[in-house]
Amino acid sequence: MADKRVKNPKGVKLDHISKIYQDPKTGKDFYAVHDVALDIAPGSFVTLLGPSGCGKTTTLRMIAGFESPDEGEIYLGGEPINALTPNKRDTAMVFQSYALFPHYNVFDNVAYGLRLRKVPKDEIKRRVKDILALVELSGMEARMTNQLSGGQQQRVALARALVVEPGVLLFDEPLSNLDAKLRVQMRTEIRRIQQALGITAIYVTHDQSEAMSISDQIILMKSGVIAQMGSPTEIYYHPVSEFVADFIGECNFLKGKAASCGNGQVAVQLPTGTVAVETEKSYASGADCEIVVRPEAIRIADEGMLPCKVELSCFMGSYQNYHVRVGDTLVKITDNCPVNKKIYKVGDQAFISFDPACAHLL
Amino acid sequence: MAKGQSAQLDRKKLLADPIMMTTIVLLITFLTLFILYPLAILLVDSLYGSNGFSFATFKRVFDLWTFRRAITNTLKVGFVVGILSTLIGLLFAYVEVYVKMRKVVGGLFKVVSMLPVVSPPFVLSLSMIMLFGRSGLITRFLLGIYDNDIYGYWGIVIVQTLTFFPVCYMMLKGLLKNIDPSMEEASRDMGASRWKVFTTVTFPLLLPGLGNAFLVTFIESIADFANPMIIGGSYDTLATTIYLQITGAMDKEGAAAMAVVLLCITLAMFAVQKYYLERKTAATLTGKASRARMLIEDKSVTIPLTVLCSLAAIFVIMMYLCVPIGALFPTWGYRFTPLTFKWFEQVFTRYRGLQAFRDSFVLSLIAAPITALLSMIISYLVVKRKFKAKGFIEAVSILAMAVPGTVLGVGYIRGFANGLFHTGILSGLYGTGLILIIVFVVRSLPTGTRSGISALRQIDKSIEESAYDMGANSLKVFTSVTLPLIKDSFLSGLVTAFVRSITAISAIILLVTPSYLLITVQINEFAEKGAFSIACAFATILIAITYGSVLLMNLIIKFFGTSRKIKEGK
Repeated sequence: MADKRVKNPKGVKLDHISKIYQDPKTGKDFYAVHDVALDIAPGSFVTLLGPSGCGKTTTLRMIAGFESPDEGEIYLGGEPINALTPNKRDTAMVFQSYALFPHYNVFDNVAYGLRLRKVPKDEIKRRVKDILALVELSGMEARMTNQLSGGQQQRVALARALVVEPGVLLFDEPLSNLDAKLRVQMRTEIRRIQQALGITAIYVTHDQSEAMSISDQIILMKSGVIAQMGSPTEIYYHPVSEFVADFIGECNFLKGKAASCGNGQVAVQLPTGTVAVETEKSYASGADCEIVVRPEAIRIADEGMLPCKVELSCFMGSYQNYHVRVGDTLVKITDNCPVNKKIYKVGDQAFISFDPACAHLL
Repeated sequence: MAKGQSAQLDRKKLLADPIMMTTIVLLITFLTLFILYPLAILLVDSLYGSNGFSFATFKRVFDLWTFRRAITNTLKVGFVVGILSTLIGLLFAYVEVYVKMRKVVGGLFKVVSMLPVVSPPFVLSLSMIMLFGRSGLITRFLLGIYDNDIYGYWGIVIVQTLTFFPVCYMMLKGLLKNIDPSMEEASRDMGASRWKVFTTVTFPLLLPGLGNAFLVTFIESIADFANPMIIGGSYDTLATTIYLQITGAMDKEGAAAMAVVLLCITLAMFAVQKYYLERKTAATLTGKASRARMLIEDKSVTIPLTVLCSLAAIFVIMMYLCVPIGALFPTWGYRFTPLTFKWFEQVFTRYRGLQAFRDSFVLSLIAAPITALLSMIISYLVVKRKFKAKGFIEAVSILAMAVPGTVLGVGYIRGFANGLFHTGILSGLYGTGLILIIVFVVRSLPTGTRSGISALRQIDKSIEESAYDMGANSLKVFTSVTLPLIKDSFLSGLVTAFVRSITAISAIILLVTPSYLLITVQINEFAEKGAFSIACAFATILIAITYGSVLLMNLIIKFFGTSRKIKEGK
């Protein structure tokens, strides 16, 4: 297995696609997906992330061909594919429920796509064997699928999709039926295999940590529209809206007014004090702005930038969890490795502070 | 906001799938031609005569007092049979689900629920006459009553109740099992007696289900042709009146108008049952029972209930047994010994039994796989695919359930005897074996489709999508994934279709020509003539065939069914 990489990873382009559904209760049409424009490079791993009902699965199903877009065109490897049925598209999907064929054993499940493509018998045998080795299921060929654990079934589903070497691999919340530990293990596995094969992958999930750990690019969706797209770090540290900031991890929002601007920093006037935040944007003096800062970026100490009152103090093992009141605003703090630090109790007065580089302005 | 290009794209995708496209077109043609058209022609014929559009034919039949009486007769019988069947069914279901009973009693229940399925429709009428008629075994020889007239209202009511209550029993059993025992335990815990629990918790929960069972029986009773034919005597129902209007009075237009009336009644009932009661039942009894129910062990409750049900069950079984035994007596009603096989011999030597069995058998054998395959294809399309005509296909296949056989028979006569719309096109079909096969298919299609739909609904949609996504076309998805997964349902659909076809009579009796001898038609003829022994001999062989095929199916499913293996893993 010198060269495992797939020969033809394909790019996917969504050219302003929309999907209209009818609300079954009111009978009114609404956009399930609205004007989504995307360009996915061959060989990259892209995640569609968002709360349920945000249109991510519908988008994926339109790429697979199960749904037809009402507006726009989908391109796969540069070719328009709107009018192609799912069986004519060079895609392979891994389903949330695995969708293994219960009347076939592992080998026949994986060989299904190859047999449809009339691949010679010897080659089928070799390719199934190779792919099962890749997903670490060697020797399981004769098992019926219901004799496998959830994680193993997931690997079979993955192998079945991979073995046909599709131009793009689609994942529809593939890990949501697994328990938490297995989920973490499998997502590392999926990423490893995708990297090893150099295959294009589009992955749908509502789990932000899954999205962060696995993707080159995250496309965060809300109510059918793209809320933000970018690399995991971009989205985490430079969210464009309160929704994005809040959906990706926990976040604190501090409202204030810009006081002075310069040197790539803005001084923000808050009711309880003034803090500096790094930014590339410039603000007019007195303009409304909102500071976004992650709980782990905030320090709590006897001295600092803003005074606060502790309302909750909770030992979580690897960190101490605080809720403190700054003026009227509730601020969440996770103080890592609390063992050598001072622990504040409920009702204590303290100060919070954060690095200008770790905060972000909306 | 209007739907954009998706409808157009979906159409393009459909056109790119010629197998799927052809299947849909063929299905629509079949359903339109053999279900919708015969019903439509009835309406057209009775409204549009040589003088143009008029209600004259309807007026004419409604002026016949025999027809008006037939309507009231039919409704009266249907109502009483509906109530009685539901009550007896409820008793059986309650005892089975709530009362601790011996295995033997459970076995009796099973036999009782099975018997009507494998028997030709008029078996109970036969045995009723043989046991309780003028020269009945019980009335005359045990009780010494010489003038017991079993023909007429009570005869029909008793026979239909005994035929249909097992259906109610099976329906209500399913519902009772879905009632969560903790609700009843909560009521009991707060101090209610068993009777109070039944009247305040169980019964109200079951009420829509009871209504449902009542209406289903009502429709069955109204549509029943064979029993009123044999045991009705001069008490005519709509189905028999329509039959006589065609065969006796040779009035096809009149029969068409009458058939429209009968169809309207059953369709109205069916609409209420399907769209109101069935939904309500589902709404009140959705929860699965969370755990096993504590069965009633109190002897003062269990003994009377078990005895009552066992006696009823034994009575029903005895009625069925009367048929094979009756065929062994030298002369029913006069000489009972020595037992003889002469009637069975005569079936084949004198009455062309071989031909009758061959014709019935071959026609049903051809119809069964067509029906089974067709209903699986319809179920697959309805449950798993989306396309424009889906609603039409589903509606028409289910509508066929509400069409009485007699109505369909008249529709076929009107619709095909002189060709489509009396133009002569396709008139070659009429009188052939093919049209009999088509009737068999149409009559069994709704049951097959219903069971196929419920089997397919339990299979995750993404399994088929996955095959489709891997590159399989519609035909390949159906044959390599769908069909193997519903093999059991397909096999049982096959046998059900075969049994239903070989025991069918209501539509077929109107359409059969002398070139085909069918067993059921033969039995009906002999029973009408009073030749009960020979009718019994025919019926016994028929029951043996149907029961044999059901046993065979169970064996096949046991050894070759995939679903079991799949289920066991989960």
